[in-house]
Amino acid sequence: MSIVLDAPRLVMSRPVLEINNVSKSYGDVHALHDVSARAYPGEVLGIVGESGSGKSTLLRMLNLEETPDQGSYSLDLPEVEGNLFDLDRFARRMLCAKRIGIVYQNPHLGLLMRHSSSGNVAERLLVAGERSFAVLRKKAQTALDASEFPLGRMDAPPIELSGGMQQRVQLAKAIALEPALLLLDEPTTGLDVSVQALVLDTLKRLQQERKITMVIVSHDLGVIRTLADRVMVMRHGEVVETGLADQIFQDPQHSYTQQMVHAKL
Amino acid sequence: MKQVLEIERLKKGFTLHHLKKDIAAFDEISFNVNAGEFVLIKGANGSGKSTLLRTLYRSYLPQDGIIRFHSSHGPIDLARAADVDISYLRKTEFGFVTQFLVARPRVSAEAIVAEPLLFAGVAADQAILRARKALDTFGVKRDLWPAYPTTFSGGEQQKVNLARALILPQKLLLLDEPTASLDAPARAALVARLSDLKNQGTAMLGVFHHPGDVEQLIDRVINLSPGHYEDENRKDAPI
Repeated sequence: MSIVLDAPRLVMSRPVLEINNVSKSYGDVHALHDVSARAYPGEVLGIVGESGSGKSTLLRMLNLEETPDQGSYSLDLPEVEGNLFDLDRFARRMLCAKRIGIVYQNPHLGLLMRHSSSGNVAERLLVAGERSFAVLRKKAQTALDASEFPLGRMDAPPIELSGGMQQRVQLAKAIALEPALLLLDEPTTGLDVSVQALVLDTLKRLQQERKITMVIVSHDLGVIRTLADRVMVMRHGEVVETGLADQIFQDPQHSYTQQMVHAKL
Repeated sequence: MKQVLEIERLKKGFTLHHLKKDIAAFDEISFNVNAGEFVLIKGANGSGKSTLLRTLYRSYLPQDGIIRFHSSHGPIDLARAADVDISYLRKTEFGFVTQFLVARPRVSAEAIVAEPLLFAGVAADQAILRARKALDTFGVKRDLWPAYPTTFSGGEQQKVNLARALILPQKLLLLDEPTASLDAPARAALVARLSDLKNQGTAMLGVFHHPGDVEQLIDRVINLSPGHYEDENRKDAPI
């Protein structure tokens, strides 16, 4: 017996995010094949899989940085409808700036390393149309504070900060505009264990307080276990299994998931 | 009496792909649990007691059968329900109580205990007050309330865990040896709290290594030992 995506529903909330049958190839390489997923309001969806499984490609699709060969993507937002992959470049940029936040594993991808940290956060607000300097600074400060960034260093450029601090600046930028969706691409990979715990704790708190829907990609099962409500397991560009996080870890069904869970230290 | 749970022909086993082997846990299990009823699951080691609880909670995927739960939104088959519904019901209507605390770094004991109340929409200041009261009831020292339980002793962690797991009255509680290794005062507090919840109508299904700990609560006993599956009325059942 399998638990299907369309099982009879009790909770009638609509998914915030829905992708259907997304496929993408680069030449002969199938990066994603027929991937479908949903995330519900306030839920954290974890995506796990080995390198090359397509998880980061999928996250870039969700951030509208890439367009698949086929498939659709919708967000339950009043200002957009239809397949988001059909939007033009400008509309994508506006939507991402206003409603989708992202934290990359590599802060260089998300931040201007030589601009001030507060300026990095304010840039997001500027794109969304905010022009008053006082308001920009105040809002940037609020977002940095919520990300537990020490405000005494808000004018320091990220290049002068530690890895953990840089991730907090990325997080502040991502949440500055109350996003409908927060995407996290290996947000703690490469950080010291103690710093990793602090970042995870901040994410957990944000999720509880603001009920932001999150999609987190990580090859670290401990991180996924700490944060995710549901887990999607990917291999060779395909989804092999989706389930509640505890079910995936305690009763994995697919041979690959079993192998992965048993290999965990 | 109002039914909370109806289990019909439930089946669970595990496929171990690397051994190319199927291991059966139990099959054809059927019974009901009413509101305010306490059902003890007994059986030899390996008879599937904990597996049954985890299957009902959906940490394990059932292979066949029906788990009809009468939620406040209407009946739902937990064996087939969408993950999002299970997630929601776990936060609002049914709980799983073990002896182990899942502590998170940098989260205080009182915050961990208050969490289920926050999910249920209780105001933050009220939630903390109720959490402190629950910690006090289970005998967690006042000095430890704002501390991080990751560094607590096993016994203290267990008390924090029970305070959290039982803080919100629920329709159904699954109890997996919650008394194991508790000291006598904490055990008494646990029995008192369970009795309270039972009187408020919570249905309970529990596995206890020492059923004597909860003797006065037991209404019915279900024996899962292989070849001995039976549903006994408490009155005739030696524990």
